[in-house]
Amino acid sequence: MTNVVDAVASQSLRDDVPEFRAGDTLKVHVKVIEGNRSRVQVFQGVALRIQGSGVGRTFTVRKVSFGVGVERTFPLHTPIIEKIEVMTRGDVRRAKLYYLRNLRGKAAKIKEKREV
Amino acid sequence: MSNQKAPVGLLGRKLGMTQTWDENNRVVPVTVIAADTNVVTQIRTAETDGYTAVQIGFGEIDPRKVNKPQAGHFDKASVTPRRHLAEIRTEAIADYELGQAVSPEVFAAGDFVDVTGTSKGKGFAGVMKRHGFAGVSASHGAHRNHRKPGSIGGCATPGRVFKGLRMAGHMGTDRVTAQSLTVHAVDAEKGLILIKGAVPGPKGGIVMIRTGAKKGAVK
Repeated sequence: MTNVVDAVASQSLRDDVPEFRAGDTLKVHVKVIEGNRSRVQVFQGVALRIQGSGVGRTFTVRKVSFGVGVERTFPLHTPIIEKIEVMTRGDVRRAKLYYLRNLRGKAAKIKEKREV
Repeated sequence: MSNQKAPVGLLGRKLGMTQTWDENNRVVPVTVIAADTNVVTQIRTAETDGYTAVQIGFGEIDPRKVNKPQAGHFDKASVTPRRHLAEIRTEAIADYELGQAVSPEVFAAGDFVDVTGTSKGKGFAGVMKRHGFAGVSASHGAHRNHRKPGSIGGCATPGRVFKGLRMAGHMGTDRVTAQSLTVHAVDAEKGLILIKGAVPGPKGGIVMIRTGAKKGAVK
């Protein structure tokens, strides 16, 4: 029974989503439709959290724009995302980086993970 | 509102909910309903029954479990026995013949439908859950009195409790119809109907899908 539901959901899944986790710096290329013209906007920031499973999985990207923190949550499998680029892998010890909201400047910087 | 198409209906089994995207890339919550194996088991005519309707059978059952009168009923339509039967009131009985399979394709994406099911049982429920009463204060000296209804009437006048007063009791397992839901997609190959939004009843529950009484089929 649930297999049928999963099969229906799997039709909406994307297979071109890169693997990333909280703390990674991402470039999300978002398709924006203005009138009848569509263009691509890039939202670059730190992946703050990834939550949910299956087709309902979402991730939140945080960036600081003109001194104001901006967070945007995307469904992982949404068709409005053209592509996701992983810029750097972050070295963090949490799955949800909510503590970044209280930090600014250099303190909010995430160390890059050293590849072994 | 007059529908151009005659009302149609069939039975299905609610499988569960998931989500998908529409053409505007918006999230659409959908309920997946398996509506294969529908057949016409009887046609009610004005002459013999005084009204017109088609009886639809749905769901597999071991033929050994069907009693003789029921087996005879299915034999008349020359179909294998089905577990569930339901009648769909329609004027257009000429479109149906006995034993005809009813495909989910009687509905198309964008149609408005009414979905009837049996709601989830909640057992013996108090007035707050069952009727949305506000309950009694959480503090200010309230003593063991938090989820009670309060007063249920006057004193010597009228000297009784009015009939139909809302009280605690059994909740759920009612026949519920969700009206004017939108059909998101139909997959005839797999026998599935995707309906936008929620549908009454638990997963695995039997639901009846009919052309919407208020909005109906798309023109």
